[in-house]
Amino acid sequence: MEALMRIEGVSVHFPVRKGLLQRQVAAVRAVENVTLELRKGEALGLVGESGCGKTTLARTVLRLVEPTEGAIWFDGQNITDLKGKGLAPYRRRVAAIFQDPFSSLNPRMTSGQILTEVLKVHKYPGDVTARVQELLSLCGLAPRFADLFPHEMSGGQRQRVGIARALALDPEIIVCDEAVSALDVSIQAQIINLLEELRTKFGLTYLFIGHDLSVVRHLCDRVAVMYLGRVMETADSEEIFANPRHPYTRALIDAIPTPDPEGERGREHVALGGEIPSPLNPPSGCVFHTRCPLAMERCRQEVPVLERLTRDHAAACFALDAEA
Amino acid sequence: MPLLDIRDLTVTVKSDGTETTLVDGISYAIEPGETLALVGESGSGKSLSSLAVMGLLSSALSVTKGQILFQGRDLLGLSAEEIRKIRGRDISMVFQEPMTSLNPVRSIGSQIMESIEENLGLSRREARDRAIRLLTEVGVADADRRLKQYPHHFSGGMRQRVMIAIALAAEPKLIIADEPTTALDVTIQAQILDLMARVCRDHGTALVLITHNLGIVARYADRVNVMYGGRIVESGDARAIYAAPRHPYTEGLLQSVPRLDQDRSVPLRPIRGNPADPFTRISGCRFHPRCPYVAATCRSTVPAYENGVACHFPLDASRKEAV
Repeated sequence: MEALMRIEGVSVHFPVRKGLLQRQVAAVRAVENVTLELRKGEALGLVGESGCGKTTLARTVLRLVEPTEGAIWFDGQNITDLKGKGLAPYRRRVAAIFQDPFSSLNPRMTSGQILTEVLKVHKYPGDVTARVQELLSLCGLAPRFADLFPHEMSGGQRQRVGIARALALDPEIIVCDEAVSALDVSIQAQIINLLEELRTKFGLTYLFIGHDLSVVRHLCDRVAVMYLGRVMETADSEEIFANPRHPYTRALIDAIPTPDPEGERGREHVALGGEIPSPLNPPSGCVFHTRCPLAMERCRQEVPVLERLTRDHAAACFALDAEA
Repeated sequence: MPLLDIRDLTVTVKSDGTETTLVDGISYAIEPGETLALVGESGSGKSLSSLAVMGLLSSALSVTKGQILFQGRDLLGLSAEEIRKIRGRDISMVFQEPMTSLNPVRSIGSQIMESIEENLGLSRREARDRAIRLLTEVGVADADRRLKQYPHHFSGGMRQRVMIAIALAAEPKLIIADEPTTALDVTIQAQILDLMARVCRDHGTALVLITHNLGIVARYADRVNVMYGGRIVESGDARAIYAAPRHPYTEGLLQSVPRLDQDRSVPLRPIRGNPADPFTRISGCRFHPRCPYVAATCRSTVPAYENGVACHFPLDASRKEAV
C-alpha cells in the first residue's frame, strides 16, 4: 500500500523558560525521533498513556505545533515548510476531530452556521445550504439540527457535528484526537460505527489517537504504541494484541480488564509498577527501563531503535534479541 | 444483617419551584466485606445515591423518601453531628479527582493524621506512626519524608493512593469509591484498583465501586447493580449478569463495548438514542425510547423491580433468538 503521509524523524521539544531574560533552562521532550507512515485508506492508531506524545504528534501533523526536528511528507510535499496561504490546500485535505466537542464548537453558533463557516472560508464551489444538509444527514442528524446551538445538543450529537465539520471539505485524512473518549459507553459505540461507515464510504484515512486500547484495536488496522515521546512498537492490530513483543505493550494490554468476569477470574495480571517519568527529564537509554520487568544494564545506557521483526511488526527493545 | 441496607431511596432536586426525581426508589444491600459495583452512564443516579449515603448531597438536593440503614440504624434520622462521626470512621469515600478532594495548602501528613486523631482518638505521635504505616501499605515509598509534602508534589496516581490511605485511616467498614480511577492512566488504574481490592480483602472492608467501565466491574466486583435513569434496572452476581443479561439495557451496554477478547470484526451494536435526561418526562419504563424490544405496556406502565430485574419482558435465551 502506498504511503499517503510520512512522518520522518520528528521531534518536538517545548522550551521551559525562566527568569527576567526568559532564558531556556530546560525542554519538555514531548516527541522524540518518531518515524511513521500513514498508508492510503488505513486507520492507524496511536496509543499510549499521558505524556507519551500522541496528542503532540497529532498536533504536529495538523500543523498546530512546529516540529523541532524532522519532516512530514504529504503527497510529495514537505508540509512543515508550508506557510500562510500555502497551508490552505493542506488544511482542506487533512481534517481533525477533537475529544471534547463542547470546547471545539463555537457556543454562539448553530451547527448550521458552524458548517457554513468552514465551507465559506475554503470557498466551497457548490451549494452551501445543500451541503450543510448533506453533511448533517451523513452524520445521522435530522435537518432541524442545523438550527441548534451546541448546548442544546447531547454529547453524542455534538460529536456528530464535529465529524460533519471534519468531512465538510472532502478531506483525505482525518486526525481523530480522542474522538470518542468523552462519551458514554452506548454513545461511544454509535460514534465508532459512524466513523467506520464514513471511512468505507469515502475511502478516508484515519490517524486515530486514543488511550482506550479496546477502541483502538476495534477501529484501526495498524497500531503504534508510544511511551514518553517514542514509538515502542508498531504492528497490525490483530498482531499487536495477539502477539505483543514490547514489554510495555504487554503491560498495557494486561492492565485492561475485559468485560468478562469468568475470564477475569482465571486471568493473571501483574500491574506495572512505578510511575510514568516526566518528559522534562526522561530516563537515559530506553525510556521504559525504569518500569520494565526485563530491564538490563544495556537498557540504561543505549536507546533501542525500532527493529523490524516481520514485514509489518517492529519493536524497540533490547530484550527481543535475548528472547530470539 | 447486611452492613448497608438501602430501601426505596428517592432523591429529588428543586429548581424554579418544580421538583425532579433524580434517584427513583432504589433498594439494595451490601454485606460486610463484599464488593458491589454500581454501573451506569451519565445521569443514571449512581453517584447521587452514594452521596446520599454519605450525607453529602448539595443543598438543592434532598432525600424525599426511603431509608439508609447502616448496621441497622437509619442514617437519615441522624443529626449532622452524628452523621459526621459515622462518615470517616465507619464509612469513607474515595472520589474521582484526587486533586480536588485533597486540601492543596495542607501537607499530606496533616490530612491523614487529622482523620486518625479525630476518629481513633490517638495522640499526635501515635497518629504519625499510623500515617506512615498506612502510606507504606498503599505503596507510597519513603513515607516518613512524604508526610511533609503537599498534594502538588504528588502525581495523580500517588494522590489517589493518599486518598485511599485517608479512607482507610479509621478502619472503616465500608468504602464508597466513585470512579476512583477514571482520571488515571491504564497502568496506574490497574495499580490503584489492585491496591483497593487487596486492602479491602485484608481489612474485611466492604466496597461500593461506582464505575462506567464494564471491564472494571468484571475484574473487581462480586455483585453488580446496573442503573439507568435513576433506577436499578438489573442486579445480581456479576458472572451471571454478564453471561446472560436479562434487562435489554444491560444487554445493550455489553454489546456496545469493543473487547480485546473478541474478534475485531464483531460489529458493535450500540443502543440507539441518548441516555435518559432526568429533566425530560418519560412515561412507563424510562428505557423504552431506546429499547429494541419495546411494547405498548412499556410506554404506559413503570415496570416493577422483581427478582433482580425491572422489565416487563425480561430477556431469556429463547426470546433473544427470536429477535
